[in-house]
Amino acid sequence: MNAQTPEVRSTEQLREKWMKPEVITGSEILLRSLLLEGVECVFGYPGGAVLYIYDAMYGFEDFQHVLTRHEQGAIHAADGYARASGKVGVCIATSGPGATNLVTGIATAYMDSVPLVVITGNVATSLIGTDAFQEADITGITMPITKHSYLVRDVKDLPRIIHEAFHIASTGRKGPVLIDIPKDVSAEKSLFEPVKSVNIRGYNPTVVPNKLQLDKVVQAIAEAERPVILAGGGVVYSGAHEALYEFVKRTEIPITTTLLGLGGFPSGHDLWMGMPGMHGTYTANHAIQQADLLINLGARFDDRVTGKIDGFAPRAKVVHIDIDPAEIGKNVNTDIPIVGDVKVVLELLNQEVKRSDKADAWRSQIMKWKAEKPYKYMDSDDKLKPQWVIELLNKTTNGEAIVTTDVGQHQMWVAQYYKFNQPRSLITSGGLGTMGFGFPSAIGAQKAFPDRLVISVNGDGGMQMCAQELAICAINNIPVKIVIINNQVLGMVRQWQELIYDNRYSHIDLAGSPDFVKLAEAYGVKGLRATTKEEARDAWQEALNTPGPVVVEFVVDKDANVYPMVTQGSTIDQMVMGDCE
Amino acid sequence: MMTTRHTISVLVNDQPGVLQRVSGLFGRRGFNIESITVGQSEEQGLSRMIIVTLGDDNTLEQIEKQLYKLIDVIKVVNLSSKPMVARELALIKVNAGASERPEIMGVVETFRASVVDIGSNSLMVQVIGDTEKIDAMIELMKPYGIRELSRTGATAMIRG
Repeated sequence: MNAQTPEVRSTEQLREKWMKPEVITGSEILLRSLLLEGVECVFGYPGGAVLYIYDAMYGFEDFQHVLTRHEQGAIHAADGYARASGKVGVCIATSGPGATNLVTGIATAYMDSVPLVVITGNVATSLIGTDAFQEADITGITMPITKHSYLVRDVKDLPRIIHEAFHIASTGRKGPVLIDIPKDVSAEKSLFEPVKSVNIRGYNPTVVPNKLQLDKVVQAIAEAERPVILAGGGVVYSGAHEALYEFVKRTEIPITTTLLGLGGFPSGHDLWMGMPGMHGTYTANHAIQQADLLINLGARFDDRVTGKIDGFAPRAKVVHIDIDPAEIGKNVNTDIPIVGDVKVVLELLNQEVKRSDKADAWRSQIMKWKAEKPYKYMDSDDKLKPQWVIELLNKTTNGEAIVTTDVGQHQMWVAQYYKFNQPRSLITSGGLGTMGFGFPSAIGAQKAFPDRLVISVNGDGGMQMCAQELAICAINNIPVKIVIINNQVLGMVRQWQELIYDNRYSHIDLAGSPDFVKLAEAYGVKGLRATTKEEARDAWQEALNTPGPVVVEFVVDKDANVYPMVTQGSTIDQMVMGDCE
Repeated sequence: MMTTRHTISVLVNDQPGVLQRVSGLFGRRGFNIESITVGQSEEQGLSRMIIVTLGDDNTLEQIEKQLYKLIDVIKVVNLSSKPMVARELALIKVNAGASERPEIMGVVETFRASVVDIGSNSLMVQVIGDTEKIDAMIELMKPYGIRELSRTGATAMIRG
């Protein structure tokens, strides 16, 4: 709640007020329904088609509205809020350009199964289809990137639709749901009665798995000599981290966590092998390739994880556990498919599974690889290395911060060198790989956890894709620590051009970028710059000691590459080791 | 794996945009649509789509699973996995001078098709049957000169 909130009323009192049946406008129905869904904070940007909604919000104190400076900032913030808290993120935008500016954010959330309710205004129902001012068919545009969408044609449907939207967004495989509200619908009055139940005939996610399939898994674990667990975002999203920890404790099966799974299992654990895939560890990739049993827990065999799909895990019997049946068998042939909530499945399995001695030699092999082939980089005394900066962040925060990243090299270095121990502490655009996500998502994460340390790690490229949201940090005193790993180029593109396109560096030079310290100061945010290790330590310490938002620019070596690397078309054990050699 | 023709029945909510959701899904996932028909079903508020598609068993499995992910999809049945009846209807407007008419009428009769309109120089033939029958009818009409052809795509049901 912001500083202007005059009185604190109890939730029960408020709830009683909201629940009262009353004839109110569509806009008021929307606000009350959001409150009844437990919404505390929405991110948005007003405009013509949502004027009634914003009018209803005038002086409205029951939840907070954060006015971003771009709709893309609003939806990424809502996304960061949802990923950090596990609750449904909500954003509001107007029709036409307001709605289309949300498209990247909706696709980002869809690819990573993030629960969002996205509210857009539209032109009045009488104008729909006439190419009216600021009209866009946003339900049509977003059909492939939403879990579901609604165009509200009658205000009477609004309470049901909002309740369904929250239900659909937050259950099964989570995802964004869009509600498009024409202007006249937001103005029209109707009797509002809270909706208490949901009845959607075509939607009934399978949570509890088939018992016979579980028995097969127990049997497979007992027989396996080289078992591996591949844990993904599903572990985090279903709150299965404790059940997973128990599962590993019982079975002592080596585990690798995907980018979205990082934090779902403590990185300090002996059996944790790091991340698999394109920039994964030697250990994780070789373990998968040699495994005779691969247990996928809520991961979707993304191409960045599998590499060349034909040669992926060639010796393994594959168990795939996922809430979304369509993921099973989509990319990798599965021997034991299990549809269900990962947490429920693991809790059931934990009653049956046992450690198998047959895998002892394998466990020793994993330990050997881990010791021999850790992530490595060439450090330097005179140049600041980006990996060193991430290690600095890790050490000074004991791996306990919420870290959001943008996309590119710095994202991979965070995944490699920041040691996550808690679920929901890494917030990153894994599936869509959205530049511009890192900074605004941190604003959302910080709104969800005002008292936790939130670090947003960005490159100098991505930072400029949503830098306008510095205003939000300044004006609301949102104390995100904004790290810019500045190598003056689009680093990941440069890396591919260096390694695969014969050093033909095409359009990657970011000369002309602003002075980030001055940019921060222009918004009223403290700005610091470091070019040496000593400056880096000092600047970072100062940032941590500063109560409000701070931008810390680390000017780093542009020649650094992310290693190891599996180039496209290779199996994941064909790794270019680079500095990790 | 072998690519075969499948006929799928999809029971959907009769909602605006539902055809777009289903056809869009086929488009973006690279599933083939050979024909699609939509109409009312036995239950009010629900429509039935019959989609004929080409693909191997894996593709078919994905099609079914992806369809089920659409909230407006209630039930998906692979009709061609069981004995089924599939029918489509075609209207063929064929050149027919007075001298050719008896000959065409003969073909129409043999096919248990019917002539539904007679113009000064043409006949409109309506034929109902499975895809092969319609294909055959079209082949037989070709020599006379087909002016216009319109066919519905298959609608289908499991026997029994």
